[in-house]
Amino acid sequence: MVEPPSMHLPASSPSLGRAFCLVAGRDLRLSLRQGGDAAMVLAFFILAVILFPFGVGPEPAVLARIGSGVIWVTALLSALLSLDRLFLADFEDGSLEALALAPAPLELVVLAKILAHWLVSGLPLAILAPLLALILGVDAAGYPALVAAMALGTPSLSLIGAIGAALSLGARRSGVLLSLLVLPLYIPVLILGAGAVEAAISGLGARPHLLILAAIAAAALPLAPLAAAAAIRQALA
Amino acid sequence: MHRFANPTRFMRASALVLPWLAVATALLLGAGLLLALFVAPPDYQQGESVRIMYVHVPAAWLASAAYLSLAVASAIALIWRHPLADIAAQEAAPIGAVFTAICLLSGSLWGKPMWGAWWVWDARLTSMLVLFFLYLGYIALVNAFDDEERGARAGAILALVGVVDLPIIKFSVDWWNTLHQPASVFRLGGPTIAVSMLAPLLVMALGFTLFFATVLLLRMRAAILARKLRALRRAEAEAAGRFAAGPRDAAGSVL
Repeated sequence: MVEPPSMHLPASSPSLGRAFCLVAGRDLRLSLRQGGDAAMVLAFFILAVILFPFGVGPEPAVLARIGSGVIWVTALLSALLSLDRLFLADFEDGSLEALALAPAPLELVVLAKILAHWLVSGLPLAILAPLLALILGVDAAGYPALVAAMALGTPSLSLIGAIGAALSLGARRSGVLLSLLVLPLYIPVLILGAGAVEAAISGLGARPHLLILAAIAAAALPLAPLAAAAAIRQALA
Repeated sequence: MHRFANPTRFMRASALVLPWLAVATALLLGAGLLLALFVAPPDYQQGESVRIMYVHVPAAWLASAAYLSLAVASAIALIWRHPLADIAAQEAAPIGAVFTAICLLSGSLWGKPMWGAWWVWDARLTSMLVLFFLYLGYIALVNAFDDEERGARAGAILALVGVVDLPIIKFSVDWWNTLHQPASVFRLGGPTIAVSMLAPLLVMALGFTLFFATVLLLRMRAAILARKLRALRRAEAEAAGRFAAGPRDAAGSVL
């Protein structure tokens, strides 16, 4: 819990902003050079959505009705699948320990890693979502709301998921545990995200849903790194 | 509070309090059940099935209250590192989970005749279901580590994160206008429930609370004893190992 006082940084150590960019850039480079991981999560997203027409039957009316919900649920599961890349590799090879000992506050490092994670696995989901909505025949009136809700909701998924990923470091069967920890906390995002699309299609307007989604992201932005950093310190202690 | 963080003192105090608590629980729950099942009037709309409410509502209150105590104990464990707070949190979680399950099941039994469905995706029901999964997640996380200490710390952080669900449960019936009836006891402007029904409900609620306290103390005592036993066994095994291993250095550790 006790951190070295960060006021007396040696003159050579980078500023907070630079440290943030360095960590985010490192994580981005790592995931781009091992591009397979990110692509696999996207492939899972598409495949899982495609399973639904086989499962519920290809009637366009049914698919159009459940399409936005299907996309959101699969986005949630894809986000969940990608969470173990957030801290686990760094935890196993020891670089997380080095990052925790660095003069930059661990919360900032965690936030940088979450940003990199979202850019690689959250943002592509938001970009792919309208394409999948097209396949499922979701009413075109819902597309702007879908993209906006995904853009506002996926950061919350990465932020909340980071808490679970940090808590389950070093646990037995951490993958299953992670889903038990994180999925209940994802439910509000799912309700509001799918609700935004429904509201836009029915003509009620998605604004209230989008505002609450933005509020969740705004609350999770400072709070989730705090909790995740605390959990990482426990894992390294 | 720090005075009672000492496990030995806790064992002594809890041994004194426990019999009284148990008797009071039995009396209150007995009286409450009598009042709820035989004395309280049937509802003018719901008929006799309103009596499910005397179990459902206290279970729901206690499910939230148990989570709150779990979170408070977790905060104390994180801030002051009291081992007793860790034990309290870990032992409160299964009780709270069972209260949540009772609340969900009794609500479902009531919902079938009243709403015509075992389950509806109403905001109150959904947030209560999330609470149930928060309890399960907490229990799973605490037990997922080989190192007990690490499980306790991780669980404490998760318990604090999960607190966001409590206000959602409380205000879900005000924020969303759905099927579950709004608050009729704890509300601005006083209760709207008839006194003949409120009295048995409050007796039951008090009985449930004392039941929670009794079981929590029992479980905490059992956990402390189990830890003592484990420590003794470990010491014994170490002593036996040292004896069998033969050559030792001056400090007594195996060479």
